[in-house]
Amino acid sequence: MTTTTPPTTAAQQFALRRQSPLQRVQHLLHAHPAISPFLVLVISFVVFSALNPRFASPNSLSLVLQQVAVIGALAVGQTLIILTAGIDLSVGAVAILAMMVSAKMAEGQGLPGPLAILLAIVIGTAAGALNGALVTRLKLPPFIVTLGTLSVFTALGLLYSSGQSVQATDIPSVLSWTGESFRVGEFRITTGVVMVVILYLGVGFALSRTAWGRHVYAVGDDKEASRLAGIRVDRVLLSVYTVAGAIYGVTAWILIGRAGAASPNAITDANLESITAVVIGGTSLFGGRGAVLGTLLGALIVGFFRSGLSLAGVDDQYRVLAVGLLVILAVAVDQWIRKVRS
Amino acid sequence: MTAATHVPDSRRGDAEGGQRSPVLSARGLVKTFGRVVGLDGVDLDLFPGEVLAVIGDNGAGKSTLIKCLTGALTPDAGQLLLEGRPAQFKRPQDAREAGIETVYQTLAVAPALDIASNLFLGREKRRAGLLGSVFRILDQKGMRQEATQALSDLGIGTLQNVAQAVETLSGGQRQAVAVARAAAFGSKVIVLDEPTAALGVKESNQVLRMIEEVRSRGLPVILISHNMPQVFEVADRIHIQRLGRCAGVVTPASHTMPEVVGIMTGATTLAETPGRPVG
Repeated sequence: MTTTTPPTTAAQQFALRRQSPLQRVQHLLHAHPAISPFLVLVISFVVFSALNPRFASPNSLSLVLQQVAVIGALAVGQTLIILTAGIDLSVGAVAILAMMVSAKMAEGQGLPGPLAILLAIVIGTAAGALNGALVTRLKLPPFIVTLGTLSVFTALGLLYSSGQSVQATDIPSVLSWTGESFRVGEFRITTGVVMVVILYLGVGFALSRTAWGRHVYAVGDDKEASRLAGIRVDRVLLSVYTVAGAIYGVTAWILIGRAGAASPNAITDANLESITAVVIGGTSLFGGRGAVLGTLLGALIVGFFRSGLSLAGVDDQYRVLAVGLLVILAVAVDQWIRKVRS
Repeated sequence: MTAATHVPDSRRGDAEGGQRSPVLSARGLVKTFGRVVGLDGVDLDLFPGEVLAVIGDNGAGKSTLIKCLTGALTPDAGQLLLEGRPAQFKRPQDAREAGIETVYQTLAVAPALDIASNLFLGREKRRAGLLGSVFRILDQKGMRQEATQALSDLGIGTLQNVAQAVETLSGGQRQAVAVARAAAFGSKVIVLDEPTAALGVKESNQVLRMIEEVRSRGLPVILISHNMPQVFEVADRIHIQRLGRCAGVVTPASHTMPEVVGIMTGATTLAETPGRPVG
C-alpha cells in the first residue's frame, strides 16, 4: 500500500476510511469464499466432539468419510453444472442407471468386471451429454431438462433391473473393489474414498489452472459477455454436462462398493443432497462463483451433522432441520458477499 | 482542447482524397429484422490511423451497422472488404481472428473474474512445453505481467492490481479494462460502441485519451457515440446514419456541430449543407 499524494477531497478521504470489522469480513469472504464452510466445519467438529468424545475417534471419522463419499463424488459434477448457473436434478438417476445396467450385464451375461466399469462410465457420459445437448441445442432451462431426465433415467433403471437388486457377491469382485478398505494409522480408508479425493483434485485443478476452467466460470458469470469475448458457450456447457455425467458413472462404481449391492432404490435424494453440499460449500446458485474445495467442505459438514447428532443421541430429524437452516444461511451469506465493492 | 489541435490536416486530406486504401470497407449492407429495416444499403470506409465516428439518432442503425462489421450479426446483403479482400464474419470470433476487436456497449467482461483473466478471456496463454500442450496449464504469471503492461501502455496507472476481480471496479475502470483488451489484441481495427455512455466527465476523458493513444499507434478506430462534443474532439471523420442509410460523411473541420445534428435528425441534408471546404 503506497500513498504518493495525501488525500485531498472528502471522497478520497472516504475511500481511505477504516473499514468496519464487518466490511473486512465481507471482503475477506469475497476473496476466499471457502472460509465460511471451513469455519462451520471446524466449529461443528469442536461442538460434536464436546457432546460425545466418540465423535472424534478415528473409527467414527472413517465412517463419516465413507458415508460422504458417494454424495461427495456426485457433488463434484453438480458443482461444475451449478458454476455454469445450471442445476442437475438427474445426478442420482444417472448414477443408478449406470450402476444397474453394468451390474445386470456383469451378472446375467457375465460381462467382465473392467468392461462393466467402463460401461457404467460410458452410460454416465452419454446421459450427461444428453442433458447437455438438450440444454444447448433445444435451449431448455437446465432445471426442466434434468427434471425430465430424472424421471426418464429413474424409470429406465427400474425397468432394466425389474426393480431387483444385484448382490455384490454375484458380480465380479472388481465392481465392489471401491468398498475395500486399508488402514492409515488408526483410520480405515476405502479405495472409494481415495477415488473421491482424486476426483476433487482433478476437477479442482482443471477449474483453477486451465483455460477450460476459466471458461466454465466466465460462462456461468455472464453468458453473453463470454460469447462476445469469443468463448463457444454451447461447447463449454456441453462439455460440462458430459464431464459431470462421466463423474456420475464413476460414482456408480463407488456406490456398489459402499452399498455392497447394486440397488435401484439407493440414493433417492442424491440430487437434493448433492445440491445441498454444493450450496453449503459456498458455490453460488447464480453461477460463476465457487470451487470444488467448498463442495468437499459442504459434503463433510453434512456428514459431521449426521454422525455428530446421532452420537449425541438426538433424533435424526434435527439433522434434517439443521442442514436446512445451513442451506438458507449459506445462500444468504453468498448474497451478502456478492454485494462487495471496492 | 479543440479537434484541430491533435489531428494533422494532412491525414484528413489523405483519407478524403482516397490515396490510401481503406483497412475496412462495407458496400451496400442490408439487414432486416422481419419487417423492420435495420440497414438499407450502407457504405462505409475506414482508413489507416483514423478515428471514424458513427453517429445517428436512436434506431438509425448504428448498432446494427457495427454488429454487421464485427460478426455479431450477419448482413442479409452487401459486402465487407478487409484490406481489400472480401471477408465474411459468421461469429464475433471470426472478426476477432481477422484482427477486428470490439468493445460492446454492454461491456463484455465477466465480473467475477480478475482483470488479467478478463483481458485474456477466450485466448488464454498456456505454459510452455508439455505443461501447456498436454496438461493445458495456464500461464497465470505471464498473463498478469502482460496485462499490467497493456494497462500501463494505455496510461491507466490507477489499476495496479490485475488480480483484482472486475466487479470491484468502477464503471470507468471496467470500461478501461474492456478498451485495454481491444487495444492489446486488435491488429487491424478497433470498434468502440458508446464507450463513454455510462461514464462521468473525468472517466470519459480518460477513455478519449485511450482512443488517441490507440490511433497514435496507427490503428484505426470506429467510435459509435451520442456525445457530439466528444465526437468533435477525437474524430477525424464523421459517418452520419439516418433511417438505416448513410446520410453523409463529414469532418469536424468542414461542418459545425449544429449542422451535423441537423443532418442527423433530418432537419437538413448534406446537399443543402455542403459545409466549408477543407484545406
